[in-house]
Amino acid sequence: MNWLTDFFGDPAHWSGPDGIPARLLEHLAFSAAALLLAALIALPLGLWIGHTGRGAYFIVATVNVARAIPTLGLLVLFVLLLGTTTVWPVLIPLVALAAPPILVNTYEGVRGVDPDLRDAAYGMGLRGGQVLGRVLVPVALPLILLGLRLSAVQVVATTTVAAYAGLGGLGRFIIDGLATKDYASVAGGAVLVVLFALAVQLLFTLAQRTAVSPGVSRRQRVR
Amino acid sequence: MITFDRVTKRYPDGTVAVDDLSLEVPTGGITVFVGPSGCGKTTSLRMINRMIDPSEGRVLLDGVDVTTVDPPTLRRGIGYVIQQAGLFPHRKIVDNVATVPQLLGWDRRKARDRAMELLERVGLDTGLANRYPFQLSGGQQQRVGVARALAADPPVLLMDEPFSAVDPIVRASLQDELLRLQAELHKTIVFVTHDIDEAVKLGDRVAVLQVGGHLAQLDDPATLLARPADGFVREFLGRDRGIRRLSFVPGAGLGLRGDLTVPVSADVASARGTAEPWLAVVDPDGGPLGWAATAGLPESGTFEAVPLAPYGTFVRDRDSLRAALDAALLSPSGNAIAVDDSGRAEGVVTREVLDEALVLAAREASRVAGETRADEGPGEAGGAREAADGR
Repeated sequence: MNWLTDFFGDPAHWSGPDGIPARLLEHLAFSAAALLLAALIALPLGLWIGHTGRGAYFIVATVNVARAIPTLGLLVLFVLLLGTTTVWPVLIPLVALAAPPILVNTYEGVRGVDPDLRDAAYGMGLRGGQVLGRVLVPVALPLILLGLRLSAVQVVATTTVAAYAGLGGLGRFIIDGLATKDYASVAGGAVLVVLFALAVQLLFTLAQRTAVSPGVSRRQRVR
Repeated sequence: MITFDRVTKRYPDGTVAVDDLSLEVPTGGITVFVGPSGCGKTTSLRMINRMIDPSEGRVLLDGVDVTTVDPPTLRRGIGYVIQQAGLFPHRKIVDNVATVPQLLGWDRRKARDRAMELLERVGLDTGLANRYPFQLSGGQQQRVGVARALAADPPVLLMDEPFSAVDPIVRASLQDELLRLQAELHKTIVFVTHDIDEAVKLGDRVAVLQVGGHLAQLDDPATLLARPADGFVREFLGRDRGIRRLSFVPGAGLGLRGDLTVPVSADVASARGTAEPWLAVVDPDGGPLGWAATAGLPESGTFEAVPLAPYGTFVRDRDSLRAALDAALLSPSGNAIAVDDSGRAEGVVTREVLDEALVLAAREASRVAGETRADEGPGEAGGAREAADGR
């Protein structure tokens, strides 16, 4: 266990371009960018398919393909194709990893809303967009947020592979540490990734608490 | 007024849900569509607010073909209540009720005030306003559903099996509540149910639909029970048609005898020598206590000491002949005690008076039904003959 104290106790690890704060920020930036791009693609698509029922086969295909694709393989492929001068060889595989859970959960959430509720909403004179925005999304929100959370945690864990492409992030402590047999650095990097993933999990749990209506989550809030 | 003008709904797979339906739903009354599943009653209802569009024919709302109106605009002017209430789970009760007013652009305050007013109107505690739907019972949710449909004060209310998912006791109270509301509001209501008892209880007019979307009969409940148009309607109406029809004969005209009641404080000697086998004993406030058999009276004392037999009452100004008959059947005397609204005995309706009233009601039933039949011309003669065979 003194590996950890070696790693975290060394003041050199807390400053400079390859210090913990800088790497953490890089990791955060990559993860956030990947999640944002994935959400920009998958959320509207999932909402649209769930709302209209059109293109549901696309969801099934996506799930199957997504299960089969190895992120690391995809990274190597894009590094070979695009080189390492941009962040895209890293971002594309991460987006490919993050999009399916968001897409599937958003779709399932919207599609799974009680048909009576949809019926009542239309029957009262809400237009299609209002039904989606005012009824389907708020009711499906727990599943939508679940999709985002699963993706976020996976992305944070997987952003370590950015280091393979010579880019930054917490993965550098692990990859570089393995290369130089600096196992304190490997263990320290791993601990940081785990803590980061836990923090993301916590963040989404709090978001769920505040964003989802108590009427949907069925948390008692009777005066 | 809502008019169905030769309306047919055919699905791409060839199923005919509604077949050449023509009928009128008069303004200010409750018209019930009743029939077994697959008879097209819900489809017909949903064609009024364009949740479904007809394949042929037209549905007119006050003379305007509904398919010429933009659906959301049309629907905001028509109240809609469905079976499971369909409340928005993520919104508080008050916001659920205020949905349509908000869509119509009322300001928030006015919409909320209106919602609170309606919650009271449908018999809900306004303390529930800030709860969420899951915190309410099924019956309460259904009341909220009715309040929500009434929020923007639409002239027309469509109710699709609104009370089928609640237990019988709650259902009965919701039905009474609807009748009470309707007496105040005079909406044009189309009510769909598969329950003929509900149809007969609520409807000013009842349309019986047959599988495949044919209209089998459209009549007021009393006529429907007295004279079903054909074998299908008769079977659908079920047993006890004669008895159930008595619900539509008022009990107010029944003759009363005032000499058959006796205060509990009276001396038994006062009753000795009467030819009547039974006397109704009442307390000092006039509330009935039971029947005393004059044959077994003690030597002396008051009626306090006399064993009393069970009794039945009906409210003469409000209840039907059916309630009077029921009250009579609950008493060993075979007589019914008539009471006023506060429960004080007004007098006794004897078996003989009831008999006479029953015979009159039966004659009236066949006379009314006969006239209705004659109005509909020779085309209906087959149905009349079938109905007259007296099953």
